[in-house]
Order: sequence, then structure tokens, then C-alpha cells
Amino acid sequence: MSELTLTVMRLGFLAVLWLFVIVAIQVIRSDLFGTKVNPRTSRRGTSAPSGGPATATTAAGRPTPAPGGPGAGQTQGGGRRRGAPTQLVVVQGSLAGTTVALQGQTITLGRAHDSTIVLDDDYASSRHARIYPDQTGQWTVEDLGSTNGTYLDRQRLTAPTPLQPGTPIRIGRTVIELRK
Amino acid sequence: MSSYNLSGDTDRGGGTGRRRATAERTAPRRRGNTTISLQGAPNRRNTELALLVFAVLLPILAYANVGLAMDSELPAGMLGYGLGMGSLALVAHLLVRRFAPYADPLMLPIATLLNGLGVVMIWRLDKAGKLLSGNFPAARNQLIWSALGVALFIGVMVLLKDHRVLQRYTYISMVVALVLLAAPAFFPARAEDFGAKIWIRMGSFSIQPGEFAKIVLTVFFAGYLMVKRDALALASRRFMGLYLPRGRDLGPIVVIWLLSLLILIFENDLGTSFLFFGLFVVMLYVATERTSWILFGLLMSVGGAVAVAMTTSHVKVRIDAWLDPMAAFGPNPPKGATEQIGQSLMALGSGGVTGSGLGQGRSWLINFAAKSDFILGSFGEELGLTGLMAIFLLYALLVQRGLRTALAARDPFGKLFAVGLSSAMALQVFVVAGGVTGLIPLTGMTMPFLAQGGSSVVANWALVAILLKISDSARRPGAEPAPATEGQGGPAR
Repeated sequence: MSELTLTVMRLGFLAVLWLFVIVAIQVIRSDLFGTKVNPRTSRRGTSAPSGGPATATTAAGRPTPAPGGPGAGQTQGGGRRRGAPTQLVVVQGSLAGTTVALQGQTITLGRAHDSTIVLDDDYASSRHARIYPDQTGQWTVEDLGSTNGTYLDRQRLTAPTPLQPGTPIRIGRTVIELRK
Repeated sequence: MSSYNLSGDTDRGGGTGRRRATAERTAPRRRGNTTISLQGAPNRRNTELALLVFAVLLPILAYANVGLAMDSELPAGMLGYGLGMGSLALVAHLLVRRFAPYADPLMLPIATLLNGLGVVMIWRLDKAGKLLSGNFPAARNQLIWSALGVALFIGVMVLLKDHRVLQRYTYISMVVALVLLAAPAFFPARAEDFGAKIWIRMGSFSIQPGEFAKIVLTVFFAGYLMVKRDALALASRRFMGLYLPRGRDLGPIVVIWLLSLLILIFENDLGTSFLFFGLFVVMLYVATERTSWILFGLLMSVGGAVAVAMTTSHVKVRIDAWLDPMAAFGPNPPKGATEQIGQSLMALGSGGVTGSGLGQGRSWLINFAAKSDFILGSFGEELGLTGLMAIFLLYALLVQRGLRTALAARDPFGKLFAVGLSSAMALQVFVVAGGVTGLIPLTGMTMPFLAQGGSSVVANWALVAILLKISDSARRPGAEPAPATEGQGGPAR
């Protein structure tokens, strides 16, 4: 092997190795830049039906319910009618900041390990409450016979109740609300 | 969209404020971007596949490079090697597609790449033949171990439906971890183990249970701290700006500390004991957000290490070698001095910025451990600073993805577990790299994925599998993953 070939191969390999690193970092760019950032002071905003990332890389999308980078939130992509809540946000409690995308699935809340949102809250029951869309697609909250009750805007729940976006659901020290 | 949308981290203490500030700084830059509605794969599996192809091709390139440099021809085993690594990676990828479709796209390719590079470097050192003392062909074995590792990876993928199940085994995990850790002490030590008793041997077959104990112990720490963290965080007195925990809450940390000291004394394994204690302190800090734990942890580990160094000859030798790595080359080398740190420093130095090129270094000059503990020295010589930095960045990315998973996880146990697993890997990389570069005393640990050593490869594949499972559950949108309606928000307002 000639000296030149070996040198080219040596530098070429390093270049390709770094290319891998750079591509990998591009993939996680969405963590840092592909997320929407909201100042904490404003309590209500509008959703962006086609909130879009800047690049094709981010367009591949991170489907996390809470995919945003530090301090970042998430808006839903297009195709959803305006006005319908798109996510469930934990506003207070030890899980504050956690979001769950609403996609027609039932969301269970409680201390049980298999809950959608596992509440680490001394005042929550294992299977505390659930949030689900009823036949008309209206999101509804139902207390599952919890010990300390589920409160919808200071009102203790006794029956499945329709949920409006922005109304706080209180379970122990945890407060959850629907967001558009 | 509104305020409290911090990604799923617990909102206590000062950390959040800092994170928020960072986020706000990045905000204005995003305003001008165009919006692209979301199309295509919602789960990034195709990204993973593309990266995986890249990650398989890179070691093959390295392999060809070594062959061309050493024998002026493409190595004969290239096709077999490429197919072997390729099919392992493909099987792993397909299983991820099936069992963890929303998992992070980076971890599997990075693990594959590191493992592949490790095998190539081991093969390259095999070719050094007798020049490397105590050399025996190990690349094939390493490949077999990698296959076993991927098999365990697949096992975890298929069998571990939900990482939260592990929470039930908190205390069983503790017992299992202790048994794993203590087991080697009951096996006879061998001369060529250099004083460390960390292997269980059965004939020619040996495993290093400490590597597996790392994962099992993390299960215990995560489960324990999840239950106790409020007591540890809140029941404390404030003293000179520090939160001093109550005596009874200090109990567990003292027990773990004593335990890691016992490992150090009976098994002469500086690395593992540092890893476990460090892991516990990190997880304690993450669970409680109390800086005082870090302070206590540092004080206790330094105190413990000094105390043991005073009394144990094995550890004392290591520390002497660290303080004066070149002493062994001097006219009057101290008794039992090891040349390895000096050798590895020279290897790193002769590598320079861009290295000597794969297959063209003299890594065999780093004695017998060139393939295992000192494989970073071999890489540093042949790939130079540039290549070594890339390798460190790969580890950093792997750890970052793990921590990111922890942020996104929706259950406290998953959060702590992911933090624990990724900081175990980070600590291990730090301990090994620090030892090889002379930053901290040398410890007998292996570089995850890179170094020769079956247990290490197998255990780290399992670790990555668990992290992928947690990340899958953290990023999974819900019971019914809906098509393209979901994804990154752009600059909405």
C-alpha cells in the first residue's frame, strides 16, 4: 500500500466517523430546536394545527407525549379539528410538566404501575380516575371509586362528567387539565 | 399551548428554573421558521435503520482499512464479518420495530457502532501476534459474545413488556445484586487476575458478575428511592445553606458506602466500588434534588478511598502508578510498579491529532491489556485525538439519550431507572477513560462495548435494551398510536 493511499484512508475513516457523530446529533436536534417553547407566565395560548419543525429531520417527528426539549412543550400537527383538546397536562404535583397526547385512548390515573400517568402522590388511589372520550367524542372524567376523591374545579366528582379544556382536575396534590 | 409544558420532569427545586432559562433563550431563533406539517413515519424507526446501516458499514470500512494497512489486501473474513454484524444489527432492529416501535432511534446504532469498532480493534491486535505479550485470538470470541449480547437484547425486548414490572422486584434485586457482587470473593483468585477478584470461573469460561450487578442494583436503587425520596428530600435540617438529612435517612447511604468499601477490600476492585457508590449518589441526587447528597457522597468516597489506599497494598500500588506513571521506566522502578499507564500515555501521545492510522500503530507495546482495559489507548494511537473524541462523543450521545428518556418518562420509577442506567454507563466510561489517560487512578473496568470481555458486552446490550424499552413507553403516544397528527410543534405563535 502506498503511503498516500494509507493517509487518505486514515483521514477518510476519521471523516466518516465524525460524519456519523454529526448525523446522530442532527437526529436529536429536534430535542433542542424542534420544540415549541412557552413562557410559563401565560396560562392560555392557542394551538398550532400545523406547528411544524424546521427540517425534514425533525419532521420525522418524535411522537412523545412530552418530547420537547427542556422547558419545551409540544403542539399537535395538522389534521385535527380546531377546538378539540389535544393534550393532557399535569399542572401541579410531582409530575408537573408531563404531557400526554390525546388520541382517543383512555387515560388512567393512579398510583398503579400500569396507569397511563403514574401518580406519585400520597393522596391518590391506585386506580384513581380515568379520562376517556364518550360516544360523541366529548372528553369525560370519571372517578374510579378513589379514597380521597377527584375534584373538577372544586367540585367532587360523583358521576362521569364532561371536561372542558382548561378546567383543573385535582387529585391529591396533582392538578391536571386538558389543553387545546 | 400554555405554560407548564416542561417536558416530563418533576418540578421541584432549582433545576427547572435553569432549564427554563435555557429554553427561553432558544425561543426567538425559532420564530422565523417555516412550518412543515408532519408526514411519514411517526416513530423514527426508519431513521434508526439508516443510522444502523451507517453503523454497520463504518466498522467494515475500519476492517478493510486494517487489512489494507497490514497485509495490503482486503481481509478474507470481511464478508463474513460484515454479514455477521449486519445480520445481528438487522435482527435487533426488526425486533425493536416490533416490540418497541417508539423507542429512541439513536441508542441501537451507537451501540452497534461501538461494538463493531471494538471487534475490529481486537482483531487488529490479534494480528499483532507475538508482539503483544499474552496475545491470543479474541476477535472471534468477542463476535460470539456480541451475538450473545444481542440475543439478550432481544430477550429483554420480547420478555420485558413494561419496565414498571421490575419495580415489584426492588428488594429481590438488592439481594440478587449482593449475591452477584459477593460471588467472586468465594472463587479462588488466579495469579493473572492481578489481585482483583471479580470473575467467576468455570473451566475456561469466566464471567464478571459485577457487570450484571450494575443493572440489577439500579433496579433496587430506583425502586427504593422512588418510595423514600420524599423522606430523604424533605425531612432535613438546614445548616449553613445545606440540607442535612436525618440520621435514619442517612442509613442506606452509609450501608451502600460500607458495601462498596467491602467490595474494594475483599475483591480489590476499585472501579466497581466507585461505580456503585457513584451510581447511588447520582440517583439520590436526582431523586431528592438536594446538593448536600453530592457533597456527602464526594466526601465519603474520597475518605473511603484514602482509608483503603492506606491499608491495602493493591490499591496503594495503583495510586502510586497514577501519581508517577513513568516511575516504572526509571532506573529503580518501585516494587510492583505497573508500566501500563505510562505505556498508554505514550500510545496516546504518539497517536497525536489524527493518529497513525488503523493497523499502523504499535499498540501491542501497551502490554497484555491492550485489548481490554487499555483499548482506548490502542484507539487513541491509531485514530488519534480526533477519533478518540468521536468515540467519547458517541458515549456522550448514548448517555444523553438515556437521560432524555428519563426526562420524558411518565412514571417516577422509569425516570430514576433510566437516570441510573445511563449514569452507570457514564461513570464507567469516565472511570475507564480517566484511568487510561492518567486523570484518576487506574481501575480494572472495561470500556462498555469497545473492550474485550464477554460479560461487559452482554450486560451493556441488556442495559441498552432496557433503556430502549423505557424510551418506548415514554414516547408512545397512547394505546392507539394515531397517524401523522402527532409530533414536534414548531413556532406556533
